[in-house]
Amino acid sequence: MPAVSKGDGMRGLAVFISDIRNCKSKEAEIKRINKELANIRSKFKGDKALDGYSKKKYVCKLLFIFLLGHDIDFGHMEAVNLLSSNKYTEKQIGYLFISVLVNSNSELIRLINNAIKNDLSSRNPTFMCLALHCIANVGSREMAEAFASEIPRILVAGDTMDSVKQSAALCLLRLYKTSPDLVLMGEWTSRVVHLLNDQHMGVVTAAISLITCLSQKNPDEFKTCVSLAVSRLSRIVSSASTDLQDYTYYFVPAPWLSCKLLRLLQCYPPPEDGAVKGRLVECLETILNKAQEPPKSKKVQHSNAKNAILFEAISLIIHYDSEPNLLVRACNQLGQFLQHRETNLRYLALESMCTLASSEFSHEAVKTHIETVINALKTERDVSVRQRAADLLYAMCDRSNAKQIVAEMLSYLETADYSIREEMVLKVAILAEKYAVDYSWYVDTILNLIRIAGDYVSEEVWYRVIQIVINRDDVQGYAAKTVFEALQAPACHENMVKVGGYILGEFGNLIAGDPRSSPLVQFNLLHSKFHLCSVPTRALLLSAYIKFINLFPETKATIQEVLRCDSQIRNSDVELQQRAVEYLKLSSIASTDVLATVLEEMPPFPERESSILAKLKKKKGPGAVSVTELEDSKREGGELNGGGDRGQDTATMAASNASTPSPSADLLGIRSTAPLGAAPASAGSLLVDVFSEAGPTAPSAAVNDDGFLRFVCKNNGVLFENQLLQIGIKSEYRQNLGRMYLFYGNKTSVQFASFTTTVSCPGELQSQLNVQTKPVEPLVEGGAQIQQVLNIECLTDFSDAPLLNIKFRYGGALQNLTLKLPVTINKFFQPTEMTSHDFFQRWKQLSQPQQEAQKIFKANNSMDTEVLKAKLLGLGTALLDNVDPNPENYVCAGVIQTKSQQVGCLLRLEPNAQAQVQHTDSPERVSHNYSSIPNFLHYLSPYSVNI
Amino acid sequence: MQFMLLFSRQGKLRLQKWYVPLSDKERKKISRDLVQTILARKPKMCSFLEWRDLKIVYKRYASLYFCCAVEDQDNELITLEIIHRYVELLDKYFGSVCELDIIFNFEKAYFILDEFLLGGEAQETSKKNVLKAIEQADLLQEVRIFLYHQVAEPIREIDCQLDSSWSRAATK
Repeated sequence: MPAVSKGDGMRGLAVFISDIRNCKSKEAEIKRINKELANIRSKFKGDKALDGYSKKKYVCKLLFIFLLGHDIDFGHMEAVNLLSSNKYTEKQIGYLFISVLVNSNSELIRLINNAIKNDLSSRNPTFMCLALHCIANVGSREMAEAFASEIPRILVAGDTMDSVKQSAALCLLRLYKTSPDLVLMGEWTSRVVHLLNDQHMGVVTAAISLITCLSQKNPDEFKTCVSLAVSRLSRIVSSASTDLQDYTYYFVPAPWLSCKLLRLLQCYPPPEDGAVKGRLVECLETILNKAQEPPKSKKVQHSNAKNAILFEAISLIIHYDSEPNLLVRACNQLGQFLQHRETNLRYLALESMCTLASSEFSHEAVKTHIETVINALKTERDVSVRQRAADLLYAMCDRSNAKQIVAEMLSYLETADYSIREEMVLKVAILAEKYAVDYSWYVDTILNLIRIAGDYVSEEVWYRVIQIVINRDDVQGYAAKTVFEALQAPACHENMVKVGGYILGEFGNLIAGDPRSSPLVQFNLLHSKFHLCSVPTRALLLSAYIKFINLFPETKATIQEVLRCDSQIRNSDVELQQRAVEYLKLSSIASTDVLATVLEEMPPFPERESSILAKLKKKKGPGAVSVTELEDSKREGGELNGGGDRGQDTATMAASNASTPSPSADLLGIRSTAPLGAAPASAGSLLVDVFSEAGPTAPSAAVNDDGFLRFVCKNNGVLFENQLLQIGIKSEYRQNLGRMYLFYGNKTSVQFASFTTTVSCPGELQSQLNVQTKPVEPLVEGGAQIQQVLNIECLTDFSDAPLLNIKFRYGGALQNLTLKLPVTINKFFQPTEMTSHDFFQRWKQLSQPQQEAQKIFKANNSMDTEVLKAKLLGLGTALLDNVDPNPENYVCAGVIQTKSQQVGCLLRLEPNAQAQVQHTDSPERVSHNYSSIPNFLHYLSPYSVNI
Repeated sequence: MQFMLLFSRQGKLRLQKWYVPLSDKERKKISRDLVQTILARKPKMCSFLEWRDLKIVYKRYASLYFCCAVEDQDNELITLEIIHRYVELLDKYFGSVCELDIIFNFEKAYFILDEFLLGGEAQETSKKNVLKAIEQADLLQEVRIFLYHQVAEPIREIDCQLDSSWSRAATK
């Protein structure tokens, strides 16, 4: 039994608590509390000095009042006084009060820190622990400033008691989380890592949390922990359940430590050392084997502890994603859990399988469980479990099972929890589009979606179905027929009316041959919904009506009559009134030809990223990971995980998009235009003056690339200018495609004759970049500007730039000019957001010499943070905040999109202000053997010179 | 772990431990929302739920709910056992813990938690070692705490049969 016995503790406190509990109403409670507060206040203010016991009692009462949810605005000083008491319990209550009610009053912080300092140097382990607990509980910046340098010393000192070491390790962890810049392990690193070898299991348990956190931020410095962790894990896994005495929990040896070790290993790639790796694989196999053994106890604690280790091991296996055998075993094990009687295990199995589904090794194995998962979606009583099942179905979906999965998700939607309907709708819409083989199925699915969950169908979804119908003429007739049928329902959702109005307005003629859907029938059907709809839908319907007049002249009179009636033409809504008036007028005065031109069928929409995907990406949730995954495979046009040549990194990099939507996820998917800030083109001495150099027979054939470098980080601007000609550029890039507009301006008042431009890709660039354009008009009048459009497709990585040759006659003299077109590999960057953990984990993985490049270069001007940031963003990567532990450094990530592959790139820029703006551009990490990256850096360095 | 809450079936907060800096207002809002969410759940539902961007792991022991918020990569099952180990520690310390012990000796509940978890991470998972630390501290005390389940005052002893996993067998 504990070392406590009956006694009269803080009798006054107990009485007070009893009083509060006996209060019949909130008012009575407040009254009692106010009475007590007044009492305590008078005691604290009284002339008579309070003894330690009373002070402790009153401080404890204040704490109790605070924890009840009332505000406390005094007593802090008394609590601080308690800290310097010699009596343990008084000190303890003082610390508890400070931990719970920390006040940023600077005067007080100084006093508290003093008391802590005294206790830390007291060499009394219980006092030291109290002080460390207080620092860990408060974890403020001020405390970090005061103690961050002291605690590592305590942690590694040889004479520190084990219990103090444990507290010191976790105290340091807390400070590191709040103020990473203040906690510098430096010389202590290796001794901290070696705590993994400590004899005391409790010390290892505490220290490993610290080491894991530090490893995430500085993987290189802590990488020796991998082999130590593996051997520690191996010893635990192979120990008998009694070996570890009190660290065995319900017959499971050291479950907490095992989980933490497995977690630490997830900060690193698989061990390179064959022996270490072999030992680890053995451990993982043993853990999987143990899952099959009969339980040593019937208690749920036993199975929970055992399975906690199992799930953590599976996480590690998924993290490595390199051992097909283990992945499949993991999947089978989870498959067993899918039907386990414990709800918790079913939930976790569904969750864990979601990540397994995205590994190419286990995707097929996951798919075999489809029936079980569908069954879970139908029968689980707990909505959070159903949600996991829906997520997993989404993750395991591919072309082979899309119809089944979409059908199941649709039917689930009818009864789904309101909180998850919108997300479900988005997922169904995405799967339907992604795996549509025949688009009639797609149209059916979306219309069903609107019918079942119309309220949750966002604009993006119905915009998308219209975009697709307009772009694919093989489905238009079917779509018209289907919406016509859907609109027959007496009550249909407004979104259905919108889609119906739009599609019939465009393609109603395709079904008009059938007398059952003759033009007038179509019109009457639409118009019967009109009065129940909101203003935007009515506006859309009015547009559909005028389109009808064009499609079906026989409806003109009827429709004109509708438009002419007061409720339209005098509608109080300006938009509706204007449409009615204008459409009426248009239909009355315009000839059929004009009408046909004005109301021509909508042109196809440009292919772009599905806005639904963008929307789902913005929604958080575990499913989101697989969204980006899907999107990736979509880009390749292959099935989920079918793309064998896709770099693992690219996939995982994109996956990290999920937590924070990437800037490229805006609806249009258009890159934000490059920031201004680079010097505008000055027609100064830098530029080749073609005019003065070029005689009638001496065309300047030298390639001019001065303008070129300025465009590395921007897309628009003046590429070239002399006294005759100005060439401006506007460009935009999306994925591996780009479009560049060139503007040729004649600055003179005289016509340019025989104006020709040629774009060429010299040498191997021909096979790397595809540039297409049309010839321009041969005459450019004085003062006029002509435009040329280039369509650019990046096939694979490249290092040269295409050349633009311009020839024209000016006053009889032939002008010849060759410019480098600013198409650089970085234009095809897609920014990628990722957390610090992800970043450094990947950074670490890319360690082969051909995967990295480093460059040190000098910046010419002072380094302005904002300018630098703008430049790095202009490069096309995502600039990641709070990733690098050194706030001076810049860290970027992006995926280069080419037709043949996608390459993730990580970049760190380490400005060194002291050394007179000496920049160290540290390794550019790429996930493939990507030989032209150094070239890319070559662009970087001159641009930095411009900074 | 980001925080731990103990609350009664009536929704009264009995213990709150925050391992991330949050304002008083945010803490109150979070506690209110979570208590409501969890009390609305049915007994056989799973012990985990997604809540905002956190994972909530909770378990009911008789009249008390123990609830932990952990981050995405944290292990749910081991968190569940952290809760259980804490319950065992309380149980062992108080002899046979009931809600009233935690109400009247709330400071002890905090001290035990600090010995077990620090900064949201397990500091010492051996029951013996944690209790040794607390007992050592108690030996330094000049007065002893008052144990409610041993006196005849009107106390609602919690029904330990309600939850089979409220295990005392393992705590001997």
